[in-house]
Amino acid sequence: MSRHAVFDGLRRLLTPLAGAVATPRVPADYLDLFAPLRSGTHRARVVDVQPETDACVTLVLQPAGRWPGHRAGQSVRLGVEVDGVRLWRSYSLTAPPGPDGMLRVAVSAIPGGRASGYLVHRVRPGTVVGLEGPDGDFGWTDPMPAKALFVTGGSGITPVIGMLREAIGRDLLPDVVVVHSARAGEGVIFGTELREWHRQGRLRLVERHTATDGRLDAAQLSALVGDLAERETWACGPNGLVDLVTALAEEQGRAANLHTERFRPVVTVAGEGGSVTFARSGRTVTTDGTTTLLTAGEAAHVPLPSGCRMGICFRCVVPLAEGAVRDTRDGTLTTAEPGGAGYVQTCVSSAAGPCTLDA
Amino acid sequence: MTALQHLSESPIAHLSAEDVERLGQELDALREEVMADRGQRDADYIRRIITLQRRIELGSRIVLLASLFPPAWLVGTAGLSIAKILENMELGHNILHGQWDWMRDPKIHSTTWEWDNVSPAELWKHAHNDLHHAYTNVLGKDNDLGYGLMRVDEEQPWSPFHLAQPLWNLLNMLVFEYGIAVYDLELGRYFQGRKDKAEVRAGARKVWRKARRQLLRDYVLHPLLSGPSALPTLLANVTANVVRNVWAHSVIMCGHFPRGAMTFTKASIEGETRAQWYLRQMVGSANISGGRLVHLMTGNLSYHIEHHLFPDLPSNRYQEIAPRVQEIFARYGLTYLSGSMARQVASAWWKVIRLSLPSTDQSHLRHVPPVEHQQPTTSRVVA
Repeated sequence: MSRHAVFDGLRRLLTPLAGAVATPRVPADYLDLFAPLRSGTHRARVVDVQPETDACVTLVLQPAGRWPGHRAGQSVRLGVEVDGVRLWRSYSLTAPPGPDGMLRVAVSAIPGGRASGYLVHRVRPGTVVGLEGPDGDFGWTDPMPAKALFVTGGSGITPVIGMLREAIGRDLLPDVVVVHSARAGEGVIFGTELREWHRQGRLRLVERHTATDGRLDAAQLSALVGDLAERETWACGPNGLVDLVTALAEEQGRAANLHTERFRPVVTVAGEGGSVTFARSGRTVTTDGTTTLLTAGEAAHVPLPSGCRMGICFRCVVPLAEGAVRDTRDGTLTTAEPGGAGYVQTCVSSAAGPCTLDA
Repeated sequence: MTALQHLSESPIAHLSAEDVERLGQELDALREEVMADRGQRDADYIRRIITLQRRIELGSRIVLLASLFPPAWLVGTAGLSIAKILENMELGHNILHGQWDWMRDPKIHSTTWEWDNVSPAELWKHAHNDLHHAYTNVLGKDNDLGYGLMRVDEEQPWSPFHLAQPLWNLLNMLVFEYGIAVYDLELGRYFQGRKDKAEVRAGARKVWRKARRQLLRDYVLHPLLSGPSALPTLLANVTANVVRNVWAHSVIMCGHFPRGAMTFTKASIEGETRAQWYLRQMVGSANISGGRLVHLMTGNLSYHIEHHLFPDLPSNRYQEIAPRVQEIFARYGLTYLSGSMARQVASAWWKVIRLSLPSTDQSHLRHVPPVEHQQPTTSRVVA
């Protein structure tokens, strides 16, 4: 018998035994007393907090166990405890996996944001956070394009900086133009690094400052980047900016060459609202049409799964047992099928009348 | 104890309907204040207790592997008893009340926690949270008044069965976790034909599944793991479970049975307002006085009045709000029942013994039972 088979057999014998010995807890609850950062725990230790701007930091994280690796442009979900409450949020990875095994993510403080405010201003090295991922398919195409354009706004630069760093590190950077829009010059996240690359001639950086230049429009973008139609394009930032680039690409019939990442879902319609029942938790809350099922559930302390909170990652789906919900992005109505468990994305759905979720 | 509505001198007669509503508003405001203030220190508190409980439990279980050695047996058994008490009282009871749901930690949540008790959390939550806390001390509604086994109120009809109720109480105390499991199945309602057979069977299956795991752990696996110490470890587990049973039973007896705690007639809670519900909790519950250790080991059920007013406030907060609750009691001319554990246990036991005989003295009763609640109104309150 091979060694592998012996281990496998032992594990199959010991796992249920350990479970039966630890009941009603699970063995992991006791292991957490001694080794909270052991492999497989989906946790990480904050090793360093490096300020980038007044409102943005790079967190250096030591993941528990072996990190499966990630591609530049992807994000991770961090679970943090703020004032005793567990919050999960997505943040962009800003560097390729390093030889030191550390992960680097950028966090920008959103005004009034609980998780981001905590991570930017209050978190201390040594803190243990939840770590899930990597997620997302924003990243370089394979093969790399000959010419690339990045249109970014504010913290929209964060997934892009990871892509640029990776390509530069591997000496594979194609002909790149970065059009970056920020409120003013001094608040540009990773501004020093971008300007340095521009000076070195590695890429062309076009900075737009909305405080003085106003908001970018399609005509200006076309004027700034003459060969725009030839470039594989990535857009990340506020919805207005991403919408503008999307419209332009569609106009040119180049939608397939555009890659976008948003920070917030596009909300086009409000649902009807109604009472939402979380069957397993036995809670019912009344919601209006603009409150998502996820927000409503969290406010009622229902332990719901969550992910990107903008309708992309599908981590938040739960079965819709009764009633109907509306997708706030496009107004699609999902109605519970008798007997069947249709899943809905709670982060971008709101109640369309009374409904029951199996959560 | 007699239904408050039938007493010649009601302890709440001096309160007008407006007084009661104002009292309710004050308590609502107090609740809101604490709710809004919940934060990191509360989260740190419950995590600290969880860590403490797990260390004690794990340490005791390890020591018991050598329980053939008498000092190891003693230390291990004491530790395991303490761990089980902490788990049931400060953790299980309070987490299952949803006191920590606001943390949104899926591990410390009323919907996911399972406790070290043969009664499955799901059944217990219904019997305790939905029934006992809503119908506290209402005769014929609240099964905690004697668990359907004993007569603990003059108005509960006497039968010869009650002659032996001190013995029933003693037996129930020793096997309390099984008593709770049977009680949570609501067999009483089944025998009255108010609960169907299929429902009881489904519940019984859940109890059996849970009990089987508990029994296998305590009485088979841990003894076997102890090798030559198997028998002493088995004995240690039996002892720890019994110690926990006796302790939990005693603490719970102190909650509503001591002298001075009021009961209520079914009619009196029809159309009860939230404020009237608060008042019922205030005059129907009793506290245990003592030091920090007493509060911890009773799972802060020593602040039973505060718990009954606000069942879902984090347990570490009861102690903090107790002076303000007492101040409200004083201002509204109500008696805040409290006494040492020994005194309250003795008082409760005396009641069990006294009421095992039929009541003869009716002098404290009014001749006409006028059961008029003050406002035939609004919402039924569910705790």
